[in-house]
Amino acid sequence: MTRELYLKELDTLKTDVVRMATMAGEAIHGAVEALRDRDIARADRIIAEDDKIDALHMDLENRCMRLLATQQPMASDLRAIASVLAITIDLERMADHAEGISKAAKRLADQPLLKPLIDIPRMEELVQQMLREAMDAFLRRDPDLAEAMTKKDDEIDGLRSQVFRELLTYMLSDPKTTPRALELLLVAQHLERAADHITNIGERVIYMVTGELRELNV
Amino acid sequence: MQVERVEPNSGLASRAIIDHAGGIEARRVHAWFDGHHVLQGISLKVAARQVTAIIGPSGCGKSTFLRCLNRMHELIPRASASGQVLLDGRDVYMPGIDPVLVRRRIGMVFQKPNPFPTMSVYDNVAAGLRLAGERDRRTLDKVVERSLRAAALWEEVKDRLSKPGTSLSGGQQQRLCIARALAVSPEVLLMDEPCSALDPAATLRIEELARALARQITIVIVTHNMQQAARVSDITGFFLNGELIEVGVTDEIFTRPRDHRTEDYITGRFG
Repeated sequence: MTRELYLKELDTLKTDVVRMATMAGEAIHGAVEALRDRDIARADRIIAEDDKIDALHMDLENRCMRLLATQQPMASDLRAIASVLAITIDLERMADHAEGISKAAKRLADQPLLKPLIDIPRMEELVQQMLREAMDAFLRRDPDLAEAMTKKDDEIDGLRSQVFRELLTYMLSDPKTTPRALELLLVAQHLERAADHITNIGERVIYMVTGELRELNV
Repeated sequence: MQVERVEPNSGLASRAIIDHAGGIEARRVHAWFDGHHVLQGISLKVAARQVTAIIGPSGCGKSTFLRCLNRMHELIPRASASGQVLLDGRDVYMPGIDPVLVRRRIGMVFQKPNPFPTMSVYDNVAAGLRLAGERDRRTLDKVVERSLRAAALWEEVKDRLSKPGTSLSGGQQQRLCIARALAVSPEVLLMDEPCSALDPAATLRIEELARALARQITIVIVTHNMQQAARVSDITGFFLNGELIEVGVTDEIFTRPRDHRTEDYITGRFG
């Protein structure tokens, strides 16, 4: 591979990370919509689409390994490739959470919703905002944005606790609601974990740009 | 690999690989070739018993710097140098200092293995000691064996010590040259692209050897191969156009250099 192709491949890697992030974000959005609309067909499509995200993850990992082996990248190039390797793992896990939400949506599809969904869509919206800002920070090499974005994780954690408290009242007042309440709690848990993965992405963006590896939002 | 450690006060037999404490320090070293100012005031403190790598594009002055450290630069016609090189706190350029003694204390290994062509393996290693007046056969035997062991070559050549040095493979010849340099018990070993003529397996052996030797002596290695610098050295200095741009812990230099010129060079943006 010539130097020119190497630099081009570095750029393509970054573009594909954003493509993978878009796919993972759309999967989470679709999964929450499938839950809201009790749409089994849509949930099935999201579960099936997960294979495509897994395939892109493998492809990106292979390309990173090939660059490491054949180009011996150093300094900022090395950090960029190491960050891509780490970020794609987080994106792949996010897509797994979308799959988890879709499975919960299927289990709840033939039952009436326990309550109107308010906090869960709000959590999902915050996850999407975080993901967009994480990718902006990644492409613009902006460590400040990467760090600022992770503050939303606290808000998501707060919403998850709120969902838990609310569902607890349903379960205590009518134990028959417990299976449905637990499914919704699981969904909130998936969204909260997705936000944690985006926080990890923020850490990797900061490392990629500055060389400083530190935990955010601990 | 384990390098044998010997007592410094046990006579000539112990002259190979004495444990030296001192490092070497360049202060404002300038060098000229034919009026060209090729080194522009290099100051660099080389830590004792560490491997320091010097990297930089061709013509940046790294080999010249190495040759200034042991006064080999002045052997080149129309070349000159100024500044100080301190070994144990004393300037090797001070009037009255014998450059031959300096080169004994600061040994050198070159790009191409250069065993003395007419000499056997044994005589190559013993040459420096003989030049220093050592004639006792048993002493020479001990030093030759110790030096060849230190250079990780003994097992391969112990049964053919009388064969010509040039009959060895490229990698073995380079280790023979290292053994020859070690025989006179240097405090510092300068290695000027010592692996550029070697295959990957021989390169790896020289790198392992450099790491092992650094337990007892100070090593400065000039290399074009950045992976080699990253693998072998504790400290790395980046030279550009006769200047030392940046020096630091090797891990840092190769993962997050401070100067953008270092970054550009090691990521292949230029050079």
